[in-house]
Amino acid sequence: MIFTIAARELRSLFLSPLAWSILAVTLFILAYLFLSQIEGYVTLQPRLAAMDNAPGVADIVVAPLLADAAIVLLLVTPLVTMRVLSEERRNGTISLLFSAPVSMTGIVVGKYLGVLTFFLILLGLLALMPLSLLAGTELDLGKLAAGMLGLTLVVAAFVAIGVYMSSLTEQPTVAAVTTFGLLLLLWIIDWAGNTNLEASSTLAHLSMLRHYEPMLKGLFISTDVVYYLLVIALFIGFSIRRLDATRLQP
Amino acid sequence: MSNETLVQVEHLTRYYSLTCAVNDVSFELAKGEVMGFLGPNGAGKSSTMQMITGNLAPSGGKIAIAGRDLLDRPRQAKQAIGYLPERPPVYRELTVNEYLQYCARLNRIPRKQISKAVGKATERCNLGEVGRRLIGNLSKGFQQRVGIAQAIIHNPAVVILDEPTVGLDPIQIREIRSLICELGREHGIILSTHILPEVQATCNRVQIIHRGKLVFSDSTAGMTQQLTTNSMLAVFQNTPPRDQLLQINGVDRVESLEDGRTRIHYKDTDPAEAVVEQAVSRGWRLTELTPERRTLEQIFIELTCSEPAPLESAA
Repeated sequence: MIFTIAARELRSLFLSPLAWSILAVTLFILAYLFLSQIEGYVTLQPRLAAMDNAPGVADIVVAPLLADAAIVLLLVTPLVTMRVLSEERRNGTISLLFSAPVSMTGIVVGKYLGVLTFFLILLGLLALMPLSLLAGTELDLGKLAAGMLGLTLVVAAFVAIGVYMSSLTEQPTVAAVTTFGLLLLLWIIDWAGNTNLEASSTLAHLSMLRHYEPMLKGLFISTDVVYYLLVIALFIGFSIRRLDATRLQP
Repeated sequence: MSNETLVQVEHLTRYYSLTCAVNDVSFELAKGEVMGFLGPNGAGKSSTMQMITGNLAPSGGKIAIAGRDLLDRPRQAKQAIGYLPERPPVYRELTVNEYLQYCARLNRIPRKQISKAVGKATERCNLGEVGRRLIGNLSKGFQQRVGIAQAIIHNPAVVILDEPTVGLDPIQIREIRSLICELGREHGIILSTHILPEVQATCNRVQIIHRGKLVFSDSTAGMTQQLTTNSMLAVFQNTPPRDQLLQINGVDRVESLEDGRTRIHYKDTDPAEAVVEQAVSRGWRLTELTPERRTLEQIFIELTCSEPAPLESAA
């Protein structure tokens, strides 16, 4: 049942020009970033060759690419998630789901997985860029895997937040703006406490960026993974409750 | 007709903040019944239907669908419901067939039977020729029919239709009505409408809701009795003297109308036969004799307009 809803969601995404244009624009920008990183690597290469224990392609090309990809996806996710629940409510199609033998959890998780699958396709295409380096050089696949896992978790958390924001309103644009605001806030939240050490460590725990950076360096820390899983579970839980509440209040 | 109860609603109440939209409504629907749900705008028809289908949580009361409580066992209860809301819940970007397949899966129809179920629903709603077209490109009438197809695709015990004939042309309305009558044989149907003749044409039960309260509930047969009044209209070429008419057994009162017709009120026995006999033997030259009937519209207006508007509605 969950997969039926997820499949419909994904199909509807690809039936609209939005998904295709987002794929095209995002990949174009990321490809440009990727090429400029390679350019930088090529100019650095003579000096790197002289160094002992020099950083490899994974550090100089892949890590910055994935760091930038997270920012680009932060901008793009709200555009994809904004209509996921709000449009159903606005068009009245939500009553199809409400009067079908499907639980609220089924509806929300199905929708979530549908949108997430879209982003996994995007990430799969993105992963091909660093992998293409294998044709000409050696690549630290472990670091790439850690980075891609990190990016996947980041995007999964983005989508969960987006789905929740979409459940709050019937206006897709409002959902997009609030999603973007919350994502950006969670990204930069640790900037505030620079002067106060105690506060900054608490805020750093909340920051999405702080939990992403270690993975780009190839460090796989279980607290980081737990952080993202908690964010995902929390916002999916919120969405389920919120959708349930739409039946309670006028 | 079996007496199996399909929908059981007890003391259903719903508040929108302080406004009471549905106030202590109780009714039952048995298999084979087609129930017309009438009421002026804002009377609580749609709210009641939304609550029965699980789209709106009631403030109080109990709903059971095919013996399963909607709040305790929503999944089992919802399996027995097909619902067409006011706006057909269609995805504009899908084709009719894709959409119906999706609905079939949502309603847990086994994979192997899906294409059969879709075929049957499209055939019943006459959607065969538009199966491959995008729903967004179809006219309102076709979208409405897609909505009905969606509601009956899983062959539910109860079909709930909120104004099913809105936006259809007269031919389509007739088709939908005959479809409803056909469905009514094996299912229980609740349909809301503003169109009163529609109720008389399709339903075998009528309920009128007004300000959230059920004010009238009867079978169509019982309603027809309510509709007959104890009077008839007669046209005589030679108007008979009043006292001769009054002597006829059963005649209570005689009224001469301005247009030359005579209204005969009667009690207990129907004097029609006696009037005709007398008219022939006494040469009144009777040319017309019609029993008077109230229309459903009159009952509706009496029930919904008789009470003076309460003061709070002015606020």
